[in-house]
Amino acid sequence: MENQIQVPTVAELVAKGESPDILFWVGCAGSFDERAQRITRDICKILQHVGIKFAILGTEESCTGDPAKRAGNEFLFQMQAMMNIQVLDGYEIKKIVTACPHCFNTIKNEYPELGGNYEVIHHTQLIQSLIEQGKLKPADGHTFKGKRITYHDPCYLGRANEVYEAPRKALEVLDADLVELKRCKSNGLCCGAGGAQMFKEPEAGKKDINIERIEDVIEAKASVVAAACPFCMTMLQDGVKIKEKEKEIQVLDIAEITVKANDL
Amino acid sequence: MIGQLIFTVLFLAAGFFFYRNSAKIYRNIRLGKTLNRFDNPSERLKTMLLVAFGQKKMFKRPIPALLHLCVYIGFCIINIEMLEIVIDGIFGTHRALSFMGGFYNFLIYSFEILALLVLLSCVIFLIRRNILKLKRLNQPELNNWPKTDANIILITEILLMAAFLLMNGADQKLQLLGHPHYTTVGAFPISTALLPLLPSSLDGLIFIERFCWWFHILGVLAFLNYLPLSKHLHIILAFPNTYFTKLEPKGKFENMPAVTEEVKAMLDPSLPPPSGEVSRFGVKDATDLTWKNLLDAYTCTECGRCTSSCPANITGKLLSPRKIMMDTRDRIEEIGKNIDANKSLVDDGKSLLDNYISREEIWACTSCNACVEQCPVNINPLEIIMGLRQYAVMEESKAPTSINVMLGNMENNGAPWKYAQADRANWANQ
Repeated sequence: MENQIQVPTVAELVAKGESPDILFWVGCAGSFDERAQRITRDICKILQHVGIKFAILGTEESCTGDPAKRAGNEFLFQMQAMMNIQVLDGYEIKKIVTACPHCFNTIKNEYPELGGNYEVIHHTQLIQSLIEQGKLKPADGHTFKGKRITYHDPCYLGRANEVYEAPRKALEVLDADLVELKRCKSNGLCCGAGGAQMFKEPEAGKKDINIERIEDVIEAKASVVAAACPFCMTMLQDGVKIKEKEKEIQVLDIAEITVKANDL
Repeated sequence: MIGQLIFTVLFLAAGFFFYRNSAKIYRNIRLGKTLNRFDNPSERLKTMLLVAFGQKKMFKRPIPALLHLCVYIGFCIINIEMLEIVIDGIFGTHRALSFMGGFYNFLIYSFEILALLVLLSCVIFLIRRNILKLKRLNQPELNNWPKTDANIILITEILLMAAFLLMNGADQKLQLLGHPHYTTVGAFPISTALLPLLPSSLDGLIFIERFCWWFHILGVLAFLNYLPLSKHLHIILAFPNTYFTKLEPKGKFENMPAVTEEVKAMLDPSLPPPSGEVSRFGVKDATDLTWKNLLDAYTCTECGRCTSSCPANITGKLLSPRKIMMDTRDRIEEIGKNIDANKSLVDDGKSLLDNYISREEIWACTSCNACVEQCPVNINPLEIIMGLRQYAVMEESKAPTSINVMLGNMENNGAPWKYAQADRANWANQ
């Protein structure tokens, strides 16, 4: 049974003469991909639970342009970027949280030169700070206690922006059996989806990248692999499926783990 | 006297040829597009000291890092000895710096230890390459010349160190036999072991000492001139290359200013149309790259840490970031030779894309930055790959079909998938 969540759009708040403290940038995957939508709703639950005044752009949000840029279409990227900047600046947005490391990287690093300057955080960083403030606390007897959990670093959060600690801090409060993958942090192995690979078939080779990665997870004997990116989520889940390990290995986003552990 | 003359002539000639070849490389690097990497000198200096001087990133792999450290320190320190060799060579003196007394003995003592460490490390490197056949050191892009190049470097270093130790051994024996020219000086912890192997005739010893002295110095001068032709150039270029590293987050890709102007004009018709003529969007040939990309290519020593951490290469795809760098160097060298022969670049019908790097390679990249992260001298193969993609997409509209579908979706409905913009927030009501 899901709690009812209230998700206002910025336009609705502005119509009431209000403005959000933080904009939740949902991203295309978080908006349309069914698996990622569950993560999106969990992030809203967290925001609502701790009483942060947030809003989404709703139908005014558009792709950041990341896959276009990484596929080599700089025109389309900059078109998307400038249209998004117009919308964000129109609402005088100052602070953004997003669940997608690709959106996070693009808005944080590539928008400023095009005129869009915002404070951008990833949802794992938000969760880390809420834990530190004591606003999030795992419930007694939550399901992750003692479970063997590992974490897969998304390239665009880890190497690209050197956010390695925040997601790990969110797992450390669980009192679980945390284990690192053999390739982790700055040496982490890509899930195979970045650089617009998500939208095409891989080139010929001897293996798919997500299989190579899920073998690391199997080797670590983890029963939960935590993700922090909707694309990694898809790739890891496909890997688990192909390896027929669905019963043994769960792929969960840090936000989902937090919501479950906090019993929200 | 004749010896001094020959030495001086050879020394100057080696310097001249090295200067000439280096100037060509400098010219070739300057064929690249402009890029400002001269800001923030303190941060840049820090990066250079940590990464190049301090070997920081090498230690991601401890075993080769330790072996390399021996060779690196040995190379730097033993070069102090070169100073004495040059003075002796020009002025006909013997061990000109020995007036330093105890400190001189300390220096020679440490040179000998280091020489042995360099020698042993190079032998282990040869074994790793040729007998253990480590995957990283035996991938297809290394076939033929690159493999030979690597072995030439290692064998030369072994020979130079062996000559150095043998020279000291003969010198020491001559000192013990009381030869007046060979005054008792120096400390020889390693070459002492060679004494029983050396002849006891003065003439024989002098011959060995002189031969090794000449072999050592001529070997060093020849090696100096081999550098510009070889992957070994990293011993010099690692320093400027790390100094000019991109200091921003790895995830930040350059926004093309020419595109910004055009997009601004499209979104706001009141703005004047962009003035500057853009010759080409993206990278087709090596001259479309920035000078830093070209410096990267000349700095690459083909160690393959990039390739062995590349998810595409690990899973058997054609892409190898090391090959991207090797191809770039080969192509800019070819362009340089073309300019030398014709006074200016004459179209040879070739380009970096297609003639050197295939489409299959550039489309296999996940832009994960593993190659950039692993490179011990901060080379960035990813920028080159992205530049080639930009050319393929913006100039030729040649992308894999599914990529074109994705781009079409984004243009039409603001998402890479075919969903209506109006449905974006439907998740909130489910």
